[in-house]
Amino acid sequence: MGVTPMTASEVAKKVVRKEPLFILDVRNEDAFADWKIEGENVEYLNIPYFDLLDGVEEILESLPTDRDVLVVCAKEGSSIMVAEMLAEEGRSAHYLAGGMKAWSEHLEPVKIGDLKDGGELYQFVRLGKGCLSYMVVSNGEAAIIDATRMTDVFINFAKTLGVKITNVLDTHLHADHISGGRKIAEAVGGAYWLPPKDAEEVIFAYEALEDGRTLKVGDTTIAIQALYSPGHTIGSTSFIVDEAYLLSGDILFIDSIGRPDLAGLAEDWVGDLRQTLYSRYRNLAEELIVLPAHFMIMEEVNDDGSVSEKLGTLLVENHGLNIEDEAEFRQLVTGDLPPQPNAYQEIREVNMGKLNPDEETQREMEIGPNRCAVR
Amino acid sequence: MNIDQTLDAKGMACPMPVVRARKVMKEMEAGQVLEIEATDKGSVADLAAWSKSGGHELIEHTENAGVFTFLIRKG
Repeated sequence: MGVTPMTASEVAKKVVRKEPLFILDVRNEDAFADWKIEGENVEYLNIPYFDLLDGVEEILESLPTDRDVLVVCAKEGSSIMVAEMLAEEGRSAHYLAGGMKAWSEHLEPVKIGDLKDGGELYQFVRLGKGCLSYMVVSNGEAAIIDATRMTDVFINFAKTLGVKITNVLDTHLHADHISGGRKIAEAVGGAYWLPPKDAEEVIFAYEALEDGRTLKVGDTTIAIQALYSPGHTIGSTSFIVDEAYLLSGDILFIDSIGRPDLAGLAEDWVGDLRQTLYSRYRNLAEELIVLPAHFMIMEEVNDDGSVSEKLGTLLVENHGLNIEDEAEFRQLVTGDLPPQPNAYQEIREVNMGKLNPDEETQREMEIGPNRCAVR
Repeated sequence: MNIDQTLDAKGMACPMPVVRARKVMKEMEAGQVLEIEATDKGSVADLAAWSKSGGHELIEHTENAGVFTFLIRKG
């Protein structure tokens, strides 16, 4: 019986394919309750590793033998130890290579569709944290939207496609994860675009993304059109790509809507959020495919691993788009909000360029789920 | 505070700080105090949770220049 690693990529594929998986999570109970690997056919047992130091005999009965058992911890050390203890008892078990740290950082690229001139649109799904980034590719050029701090993934992906990254955009100043936008733009010599109303405190140079501004990717007409859509932040901007896709940032998700409080002004911005969702978005073509910057639950992930839905469908099915009563809406988005993301104030300051923590600290800051939505 | 035992877990990665702490604690009497120094950030939550799970009392934990110091009384 051996102890073999399972990579975050392998786990991601299992989760997307809805394959059965048994996770023995040996982190402490608070960490498990806060954040774990989610999946439709994932079963869990959470026993902290320090309660297993005397032996694993007592939990053997609880572990299935008809499917993979994956031992998970924060960084992998404890999960290797526990997997080895299971192996000594004659039970085969995998451990998650790199632990939840690797799970949090894994990006899975998924092709969303072809563009009219033969270009392509890709979504990068960060299953562990629910972040979504995008790459618009056309005629040898690429634009990246809402990049995460794992900048190598985007730069290498562009290299593989043989395209040059020319523009890097963020829909808003993120509070749940550290943007890789500025770093990518610097590395490739491209432009970094931010909505100016979110960028008042940033301490670096950027290109101002104003409402109605159009960026081109490649020589042809693949346009990224900026649509000012405040509410999650005061600067939040959506993009319409190729007249077919609506990149909605943290304003509209598949099964939820953005929360207006992470930059501290829920009461002030609730009106903007309502106007964006109930007026600006309703004036757009229902055929647009909505591509948000996050998902919160695995039910929002399509069978092909992508996260997308037609605007017309969301206008009918998304609860947050169907609250007639304004007071009720106000209560939903300002009242009983979920906890704020880990270290969200510091993350905002990193994204403004005010803080420059080392990579390990950045990693710690991003631990946990994204929590950018209200349902 | 009277410290009865010390453990230098600096530089150790998870799970070693807790594994070593447990070993030292086994040789101690109830009521005695163990001081642990560690540098692994994950050990902060884990030593606290381990203390609770084992019936020990985490008297305090402090951080100074990246070194976490824990005082734990054996239960």
